[in-house]
Amino acid sequence: MLLPEAAELVLRAAKANGATAADVVVVRTRTLTVGVRSGAIEKVAQAEEKQLGLRVFVGKRSAVCSTSSFAPEALRDFASAACALAKVVAEDNYAGLADLEEQTLEGPDLQLFDSRVSELGPDEARQLAERAERSALEFDVRIVNSEGAECSTESTETWYASTMGFAAGYSATVISVSVVPVAKGSNGMQRDFWYSVVRQLERLASPEDIGRKAAERTLRRLEARSVKSCEVPVVFDSETAASLLGHLAQAVIGQSIFRGTSFLVGRLGRQIAPNFVNIVDDARIPAALGSKPFDAEGVPTRRLGIVEGGYLRSYLMDSYSARRLGFEKSTGSASRAVGSPPFAAPTNFFLLPGQVPAEEIVKSLKRGLYVTNLIGFGVNLTTGDYSRGAGGLWIENGQLTFPVEEVTVAGNLLDMFARIEAVGSDLELRRRVASPTILIGKLTVAGRG
Amino acid sequence: MDDRTLPSCAASEAQNFFFDQLGLQPRWLEESVGSALCRRCDDADLYFEHRTVESVSLEDGLVKSATRQTRQGVGARVVVGDRTGYAHTDDLTLEGLRLATRTAQAIAWQGGDSRSVAVVVERPRHNLYSLHAAPILVPVEEKVRVLQHVDEYARAFDARIRNVLASIVVEQKLVLIVTAEGRVVADVQPLVRMQVTCIAEEKGNRQQGTFGGGGRVAFDYLCENQRYLYFTRKAAQQAVRNLDAVEAPAGEMVVVLGPGWPGILLHEAVGHGLEGDFNRKGVSAFAGRLGEVVASPLCTVVDDGTIANRRGSLNADDEGTPTGRTVLIEKGVLVAYLQDRLNARLMGMSPTGNGRRESFAHPPLPRMTNTFLLPGESDPEEIIRSVDYGLYAVHFGGGQVDITSGKFVFSASEAYLIERGKVTRPVKGATLIGHGPEVLKRITRVGHDLGLDEGIGTCGKDGQSVPVGVGLPTVRIDGLTVGGTQPVG
Repeated sequence: MLLPEAAELVLRAAKANGATAADVVVVRTRTLTVGVRSGAIEKVAQAEEKQLGLRVFVGKRSAVCSTSSFAPEALRDFASAACALAKVVAEDNYAGLADLEEQTLEGPDLQLFDSRVSELGPDEARQLAERAERSALEFDVRIVNSEGAECSTESTETWYASTMGFAAGYSATVISVSVVPVAKGSNGMQRDFWYSVVRQLERLASPEDIGRKAAERTLRRLEARSVKSCEVPVVFDSETAASLLGHLAQAVIGQSIFRGTSFLVGRLGRQIAPNFVNIVDDARIPAALGSKPFDAEGVPTRRLGIVEGGYLRSYLMDSYSARRLGFEKSTGSASRAVGSPPFAAPTNFFLLPGQVPAEEIVKSLKRGLYVTNLIGFGVNLTTGDYSRGAGGLWIENGQLTFPVEEVTVAGNLLDMFARIEAVGSDLELRRRVASPTILIGKLTVAGRG
Repeated sequence: MDDRTLPSCAASEAQNFFFDQLGLQPRWLEESVGSALCRRCDDADLYFEHRTVESVSLEDGLVKSATRQTRQGVGARVVVGDRTGYAHTDDLTLEGLRLATRTAQAIAWQGGDSRSVAVVVERPRHNLYSLHAAPILVPVEEKVRVLQHVDEYARAFDARIRNVLASIVVEQKLVLIVTAEGRVVADVQPLVRMQVTCIAEEKGNRQQGTFGGGGRVAFDYLCENQRYLYFTRKAAQQAVRNLDAVEAPAGEMVVVLGPGWPGILLHEAVGHGLEGDFNRKGVSAFAGRLGEVVASPLCTVVDDGTIANRRGSLNADDEGTPTGRTVLIEKGVLVAYLQDRLNARLMGMSPTGNGRRESFAHPPLPRMTNTFLLPGESDPEEIIRSVDYGLYAVHFGGGQVDITSGKFVFSASEAYLIERGKVTRPVKGATLIGHGPEVLKRITRVGHDLGLDEGIGTCGKDGQSVPVGVGLPTVRIDGLTVGGTQPVG
């Protein structure tokens, strides 16, 4: 059954079973993954799957159900079960579909789909992965092993429809190539990785560059050691800085604000970072990973200023959190897993680049830590308390010196954003949440010795 | 367990579902596995799954949200040497099966004559979670009632509790696995997980506490001895106690871990590093170290998938191998790895029943089940008294490991300072970081109070999440880096 037909069928069935409103998301996904290791194929996985998620409202009560069985009879039973489930929960005055007065879905082509990606075969995928791995393995004799390289593609068709008459869909593709080389030094092994994830094949980084970069990142970790605990300036490279932006994104979504689980509760309109800090969420960047024409409630997307001149200017909201927080409209930020209610989420969320090249930031420091990897989950978004395992390079007199590992960096996210002292010029939208290199004035580094 | 009660009703329930309701035919399975197992293929299997997940959640004092997700499909796998071809589909017809099998086989770059395989439905070895009532069948209204009580109880517990977020997620997974030998293993895997988060606020200081539990249990489990109120109380106490927490210390110090969930130490420090795939490939910090001393003689570490009703337990793993109890480290010496079929075969070892997958959409990997340290002889109170200055950590959030460098972290969410042999002030959450192959050598005391966690753990690897358990008695570690904000020493 085609996606629009399935959507239409369940919406009708939901209404027949007492739903006063409903919306549905149908997603069909095709995936291909080819993994190679030491130059030989290790894994090939291929699949096609479809899922349908239905949200029903019975007055002010609602429920969400999802299924992978698309037979008409099964879909009708499914819609009826969803309505029955909704009748069991409590009323919620804020429940409802998004208000879709302005139906302007026109706009530039977002270039989300590339048939060269959707048609890429296992052989071509294998070659891309092999090239990336070979480039990493041949880079240096100390690269002795590999956890493998992978190339995967995903093609999705998304269809959204509601009882308010909205019905639209879009197709999108993603291709990624990544490699994890392993290097051996005198005090043990190290691994790191590099990758490229894009929507259009022509935008994919060359596999040779991916391999080289992965090898360089791995090699520079060899002979790493811990350092004595101290308070120093900390530079986060663009990869690790992106994770800080990710924490900020989680803290500005409507749900975190009204639940009180964000360190930014009560900060809207207030300064949270220095004047040169500007953060946006922009769903309209052509070919970017987070782009989409409309959100998971059918609301057109747009570019949002989240932090402007250091001031917190907007939350990310779906229609429910907007109503809860007393705003007239959502920000078009609804996202949705088929089996869950819509939830506000970032699209392309990033810190705008500054003027300073990343190397200059390092050069400006007498002493400090340059962080290139972080592990663990020691982030409390309710309080902003931050403590994560880190690795990177020690900075002495403006130079990167020896590699550092088995240390933690700790502070509080509110202080950390307030203490951003420099923003690099090296922004690249490699993921949905991205950042240039940033310098934070002071953090506690805990280590041994 | 009394063997005569087998085959369990769970296994026959799953068989009925796949054979009678969905209409799978034994000869389809024979054809599919037979054609998958072409010449030169080393292994093949089919994994059928039908999973229903229901979640009910509370916030603002009301249960306003309920979801129910149903997903079914089959994964077909063909293995040649160390190569895996995998295809999955939601089409459970003979045509769908043929296509999936052909795809799995073609992508393993194999083909040719099929072998003849006769399928035989096997009696399950274990019966670890047959329940009087499936939790998925308990009316949603009962779950709503429990959550409602959680909210009232938490707010009454302390006036500073301002919000309560709680959820009950129940799952029913029916699986049918057909192995290359033609063994058909069926199972019904129930799972219950409850989580309570309390937000406390005082003079602008907002803190949270989270606690929960569950397992492969009936819904009643949450109500026995008012267990759900115990979870609520623990979450509320943690939130309120955190209002008074001081900055955590930063640096290397003595750390005492309390019993139960702090066993996440083992999961990160050694567990992942002992998974067969990483060791076969030589990328684990533990590779090639069987027979070596990797822990203090006080340490015996076990992975046991056969403990009744535990979250990490399974009657058979996701390749149809019966789960078992594997001693990984015996009195400090590394003695075994955790194996699935592929890695066991390539390493010349036996599968240990640790081949697990998130769903039919994922090929199996060697994974942990319930991982814990056997109890020692020390009195837990004496262990604390033995410490002049250090950290006492009793509850944790998540953890992570770099299996190649061996560096691992786990993050304390409830911890206290130990000063002159006494537990004193609560400290803010902090990440602990160490080196897997070294940290257990620094264990100088092991308590007699082994506890298993309450049943909330989920482990991620290669993008696949599976439920796991951990356990630990009270232990003293002489030197672990604590990632607070106040440098000491």
